[in-house]
Amino acid sequence: MKLPISEPMTPEPYIVKQFIRETHDTFSLDLIPKNISDPIAFQPGQFTMLYAFGVGEVPISISGPAPMQSGLIQTIRKVGKVTEALDQLKNGDTIGLRGPFGSAWPISAMKKRDIVVMAGGIGLAPLRPALYALFDQRDNFGEIALLYGARSPKDLIFSNEFKTWQEKFGIQVKVTVDTADSDWHGNVGVVTTSIPRVDFDPKNTVAMICGPEIMMKYSVAELKQLGVRENRIHITMERNMKCAIGFCGHCQFGPAFICKDGPIFQYNKVKHFFGIREI
Amino acid sequence: MNKSMIIDREGLDQLISVLIGMGFQVVGPTVRDEAIVYENLNSINDLPEGWADEQEGGTYRLKRRSDKALFGYVVGPHSWKKFLHPPERRLFRANLKGGDFEIIPEKLEEPKFAFLGVRSCELHAIAIQDKVFLGGEHVDSTYKIRRENAFFIAVQCGQSAATCFCTSMNTGPRTESGFDLALTEILDNEHHHFVVEVGSDQGNAVMKKILSRQATDEDVMTAKKQSEEVAAKMKRTLDITNIKELLYENLEHPQWNDIADRCMSCANCTMVCPTCFCSTVEDVTDITGDHAERWQKWDSCFTMDFTHIHGGEVRASTKSRYRQWLTHKLASWQDQFDSSGCVGCGRCITWCPVAIDLTVEIPKIRDSENQITHPGNEARHEIP
Amino acid sequence: MKSLESILANHPFFENLESKYMALVTGCASNVRFEAGEFIHRQNDEANSFYLIRQGKVALEVCPPGKKSITVQTITDGEILGWAWLVPPYLCQFDAKAVELTRAIVLDGKCLRTKCGEDHTLGYELLSRLLPIIGKSMEATRMQLLDVYGNND
Repeated sequence: MKLPISEPMTPEPYIVKQFIRETHDTFSLDLIPKNISDPIAFQPGQFTMLYAFGVGEVPISISGPAPMQSGLIQTIRKVGKVTEALDQLKNGDTIGLRGPFGSAWPISAMKKRDIVVMAGGIGLAPLRPALYALFDQRDNFGEIALLYGARSPKDLIFSNEFKTWQEKFGIQVKVTVDTADSDWHGNVGVVTTSIPRVDFDPKNTVAMICGPEIMMKYSVAELKQLGVRENRIHITMERNMKCAIGFCGHCQFGPAFICKDGPIFQYNKVKHFFGIREI
Repeated sequence: MNKSMIIDREGLDQLISVLIGMGFQVVGPTVRDEAIVYENLNSINDLPEGWADEQEGGTYRLKRRSDKALFGYVVGPHSWKKFLHPPERRLFRANLKGGDFEIIPEKLEEPKFAFLGVRSCELHAIAIQDKVFLGGEHVDSTYKIRRENAFFIAVQCGQSAATCFCTSMNTGPRTESGFDLALTEILDNEHHHFVVEVGSDQGNAVMKKILSRQATDEDVMTAKKQSEEVAAKMKRTLDITNIKELLYENLEHPQWNDIADRCMSCANCTMVCPTCFCSTVEDVTDITGDHAERWQKWDSCFTMDFTHIHGGEVRASTKSRYRQWLTHKLASWQDQFDSSGCVGCGRCITWCPVAIDLTVEIPKIRDSENQITHPGNEARHEIP
Repeated sequence: MKSLESILANHPFFENLESKYMALVTGCASNVRFEAGEFIHRQNDEANSFYLIRQGKVALEVCPPGKKSITVQTITDGEILGWAWLVPPYLCQFDAKAVELTRAIVLDGKCLRTKCGEDHTLGYELLSRLLPIIGKSMEATRMQLLDVYGNND
């Protein structure tokens, strides 16, 4: 049943059940709907448009629910007017939500493969639901390696979960930062330096990559060089979004509308336009 | 026996009155501010009788005709999208109460338009926008209701402008479908009447309410011949063979830089183009900050912050924006909506202040010896 | 107990090195270990050692006066530390500190340099293995410079 536009463009009110500070500039909102009984059902990788009253909307990836949390979790980095307004929310405040929108990580197509998950910065947020989906059926997959890169140790998100992921679900986790002082005893270097440090069979590997475009470009190049197939690499693209339903035209990337053909793309489907300046 | 009718000038006037009486808002061509624009019509007196338009790259002038033709011109800066996909509309209102707010949705307006004077290229443009707004997972309800309520009276063009190239885009000059009624104006020393083709049941019903007579086979032949002559005299052409591949393979062609040196990023082309559909969303509050509204407004990919993300613009240069517009219009549109986005109406050529002409630019990309392809695709380097 | 030569031969750096050169190289090699927090070398030390890390983690650090030292890169299992021993003026550019208990094979830089001088094929083998590592390190460093996760104001 097709909904008229006034409805897909009208936000549903949600209540902030809990405001969770993740880092100095990143926070998560645990949201429950105000008027309907259940939060929206979503696929890992999808996003919503979050509305800050009177300020505007911003596309935010769904990053949970996570263990110990109910409702819908959205992890947000403060980068502009709308996200700054969302940063001011208190428990019990109302926020507007539209969605879910967009394509999902193709988890069911990854059975029996080794999986390399590469996350850069806030990019770990849309990948977390994918990890949870993998953990739910851990035996269906081979080696799983999470390669996470961030700017510095204080920018790492969800780090309190890594130990559980490693020990309970048997995945390799390699964390590295671009810069650190000597208090940090972990890795320093770009996220691609973690690739040779994990075990996986490139010929039987699916990769999910989410992060800044430059980080994805170099990650794809390294994985391809090792022999991972282009149609088994999935990336996420980001562009300006206004409507999220394919009408406003802002999110176009070549012929793709990122809001409905993406944001998750099979690399071989977008490689022609990927990396072209100002496209 | 053909099914066409003949009506004369009084019949056309009667048609307008009948439609108004049926609750339609009749809109069509009228002269205002030295251009022929689409606005409310009350009678045939509002039509641009005896006016012609002279169009060329960056040029639009009205000129007096020596006769009293009612449709002796082609298309102006307006297209029917201003009625079907309005330039601004409010999406909702919201009121703040402490940390809570409530949203008041908008009631859907349901206007009934009768479009008088729709050209073949414009019918194709509307069909193209139908795919955008009605053909996907989400449907634009404003567009849908206006589209379903609309009554179409097409006009078979009696002349083309120098900037027209509908024959190259297979969108005219004659239309065979998509209308309720189609008029061909026949004006010579003895006659001034209209051959009326009926294209729908509703058209048929309306025709029964006005004075008309059966068209003869000769009348119908005259009408068809007029279209053939218009097609034969079309000045501009555009070779669209493999145009999608041509543009996809030449995203870094030096001709884009050449165009960028001239393009002022003024967005005129997107405003006048009958298929351009981009919009933006504006969230505003009143001075108290307690009452907010969201509005949808026309937008253009040529605007500076159209692609704003992460503190900057993806398409910062004029070159990248022009490239986006033309590549979308002629190439990507095909992957998105299974047709070209261009109907050959020529408005973008006429209304460009610096007369950038895609029928001139595309051949430059096609024929040049400088074809540069995106690395990774088959190289097509011609040795000079 | 594995022989030094077989440990070296199994290190990724020396993969596919002909056994006669393996033997030459082993002649310059010895086992070494560093405790967590121990400095392996300091900036401006003479660069005379080529380390093949077997297990552990080494941080390359810079210490601006009045500030905490900054780690610019970490090196771990199967990787190498140091190439300044091959390039005049043979001086270390960074402090290198073991972050955790680290076991490595150290090759005497002067000894290796001499043998490379005598047998250019050995020199070619070493350089053709070092160059891609240095190249990758440079690319990675440039990526770090881009500060891709940083605030874009």
